Amino acid sequence: MASYTLIEHKYDVVVVGAGGAGLRATFGMAAEGLKTACITKVFPTRSHTVAAQGGMSAALANMGPDDWRWHMYDTIKGSDWLGDQDAIEYMCREAIPAVIELEHYGVPFSRTESGNIYQRPFGGMTTNYGEGIAQRTCAAADRTGHAILHTLYQQSLKHNAEFFIEYFAVDLVMDDDGACKGVVAWNLADGTLHLFRAHSVVLATGGYGRAYFSATSAHTCTGDGNGMVLRAGLPLQDMEFTQFHPTGIYGAGCLMTEGVRGEGGGLTNSKGERFMERYAPNAKDLASRDVVSRSMTIEIREGRGVGSLNDHIHLHLEHLGAEVIEERLPGIAESARIFANVDVTKEPIPVLPTVHYNMGGIPTNYHGNVVTLKNGNPDAEVPGLMSIGEAACVSVHGANRLGSNSLLDLVVFGRAAAKRAAADIKRDMSHSSLPSRATDGILARFDGLRHAKGSASTAHIRNEMQRTMQNYAAVFRTGDALAEGCAKMDAIHSSFKDVKVTDRSLIWNTDLVETLELDNLLGSAVVSIQAAANRKESRGAHAREDYPDRDDENWMKHTLTWLSGEGKVDFDYRPVHMYTLSDEVQVFPPKKRTY
Amino acid sequence: MAEFTLPKNSKIQPGKTVSAAAGAKRARKVVIYRWDPDTGENPRLDTFEIDLDKCGPMVLDAILYIKNELDPTVTLRRSCREGICGSCAMNIDGTNTLACTTATESIKGDVKIYPLPHMPVQKDLVPDLTHFFAQYASVQPWLKTDTAPPDRERLQSKDDRAKLDGLYECILCACCSTSCPSYWWNSDRYLGPAALLQAYRWLADSRDEATGERLDNLEDPFRLYRCHTIMNCARTCPKGLNPAKAIAEIKKMMVSRTL
Repeated sequence: MASYTLIEHKYDVVVVGAGGAGLRATFGMAAEGLKTACITKVFPTRSHTVAAQGGMSAALANMGPDDWRWHMYDTIKGSDWLGDQDAIEYMCREAIPAVIELEHYGVPFSRTESGNIYQRPFGGMTTNYGEGIAQRTCAAADRTGHAILHTLYQQSLKHNAEFFIEYFAVDLVMDDDGACKGVVAWNLADGTLHLFRAHSVVLATGGYGRAYFSATSAHTCTGDGNGMVLRAGLPLQDMEFTQFHPTGIYGAGCLMTEGVRGEGGGLTNSKGERFMERYAPNAKDLASRDVVSRSMTIEIREGRGVGSLNDHIHLHLEHLGAEVIEERLPGIAESARIFANVDVTKEPIPVLPTVHYNMGGIPTNYHGNVVTLKNGNPDAEVPGLMSIGEAACVSVHGANRLGSNSLLDLVVFGRAAAKRAAADIKRDMSHSSLPSRATDGILARFDGLRHAKGSASTAHIRNEMQRTMQNYAAVFRTGDALAEGCAKMDAIHSSFKDVKVTDRSLIWNTDLVETLELDNLLGSAVVSIQAAANRKESRGAHAREDYPDRDDENWMKHTLTWLSGEGKVDFDYRPVHMYTLSDEVQVFPPKKRTY
Repeated sequence: MAEFTLPKNSKIQPGKTVSAAAGAKRARKVVIYRWDPDTGENPRLDTFEIDLDKCGPMVLDAILYIKNELDPTVTLRRSCREGICGSCAMNIDGTNTLACTTATESIKGDVKIYPLPHMPVQKDLVPDLTHFFAQYASVQPWLKTDTAPPDRERLQSKDDRAKLDGLYECILCACCSTSCPSYWWNSDRYLGPAALLQAYRWLADSRDEATGERLDNLEDPFRLYRCHTIMNCARTCPKGLNPAKAIAEIKKMMVSRTL
């Protein structure tokens, strides 16, 4: 093995990732006076939060009556009663100050005639516990993620937060007692390796959409935090729940926001029928995403898809008129023109359910502390480790996330993590000494992959994984297909031992970056499909044709999955939190979920 | 003394040719600028002959096909692949643009790809944007107010909000600044169109209360006034924004505050 020098840095907190959650945590911690570093593999405004379109939910009541308890109910119902009700209460209540805070930071929200923040309808968002349609989603046209991410980066500049940009986090440094002591990262620009010591490492690394062939997710959404957590011997939670967004552009996979339907757009099949009226008589096109994606899939399966192959669906917004499109959906018009060659004022957009979001991830409590099941305690905190954003599973989204609850999740829990870190970490606390064996294995793995001389290219193995996940862990799942998919994924996971890396450089070696990313993706993909085979019920985004009903008696619990170095998956469970934080709201007991 | 030798790495060598278009109906040559910091050799142009039917429609798809199938050492930045993150800005067919939103078919003849011009190159198509981002930070691109914020959101009329359209959508891809001859010449002191567009984004925001301070910060022969309305920035912006107009608006504000 080549010898590597680790350049050591000491911080109070190190945040890994600079999307919405990572940035909100970073400048929040810096503002609290903690010595904070943010490590990110891409420049902050390149993070995938930038691609969020429709908006951020908060019961501001700018457009009509609203209440954070209604928002909480909608979120719990959307989660198909797998979400933790204490965390959901926290998120929906904190949504209001969180969005006001963003406005004060300068986010260019769209406005109402009275000058307030404009809010649009979104799927599954209702008034009065399911009675009417709420206008709760705060929007900056259809570029809300871009507007929020840039504003959060600007706040980070204002607070002089310290960034390590285009540093790739390789692995967590864990001590013998299972506490996290820091993270090893690789500076792409000059090839140096760094050891960041921290009293708390915050994983804000996003989702792993690229485990699938067709995803709205960016190339960089590779679940790096998930991979690091699995290698640290910690579990991931609820990994069977993958959200398919109903409207990805057919072919290209680019996102067409749910806000299109929020503004009055709709889906049709080959007969020109607004088919959602049959599947969701009340909410119609604004049913939650899992419901709409399943309905579209059934339409296509039953031969009512559009196009020469009858294999997709039409999304219409022609009837909204050029003025509304220009004001509220300009980005959609642009993307549809570029990627589908469609003039949205004249023709429908060809769309298909497309992998979009991972409800599962690193289990945490609502403060952002990573938890695990230890000695019978399902809420045992992992010392020194936090996680926020899509990487985390708090769990506020349960089995299915509602649209516009993700930007909310990022900001609320980024802020919560900053508060918790400020309470837990005293300034000038010393860092305990660390034996070199804590980093030896990390460097050996890095060096091994850098010099990998196998026979299968990274791109080849990645393609096999993406095709397998796409075919075997889709919108609808069956036991037989999942068993076949698990076997294939096991073989693909094993084939990574035979990976071939061509570029040997340490400077901007994106071949090696993609290989490290693939390793992270493979871990997530294996536990995801195995968890899907394991959960014998249908709940939220996990739709089993052989177990079509929700089974609260046996399955109202969070799945925990550990992955051994040999690729073996171990299962255990955590209970769903069926309690609230305050007496201002009661627990919402499970009931049948219809829209 | 004037410098009579070309700067380091200015001379580009011919590179390798990889042909992977046997039997292709839509064969196309993609020519990519390569520079390897480890060897220190001068840059070269590698030619990859590919079958466009084997990859997606955009230039980014073609480059990733080459990276995946022909040469994994080809180095570039990319992320969202839908024109919103700004990672894959490069010079394609002589124009600075995003590889992910440029259709390969829109280019006649060989597809020639270089890094953004006049920036230090870290490797292949990856320019060093450190200075560009520092200039962005130097305009203090955040909301500045003296009055305490209200309990609820600040109010802003629809008309005032509309003044931010065409400004806030900037993705910091650097296509405009690196297309600007004045920026090529004076980028050490001239802020360039991207940073100035963002300076104006805050000057135009009805909620911001630091207009005077912001204008003072720009009142300088170089920072602002090296814009000579060449307009390359507006021509090249992949998001259809007009930085030159924003710069003109700042100049107007400078004049009107002296009257």
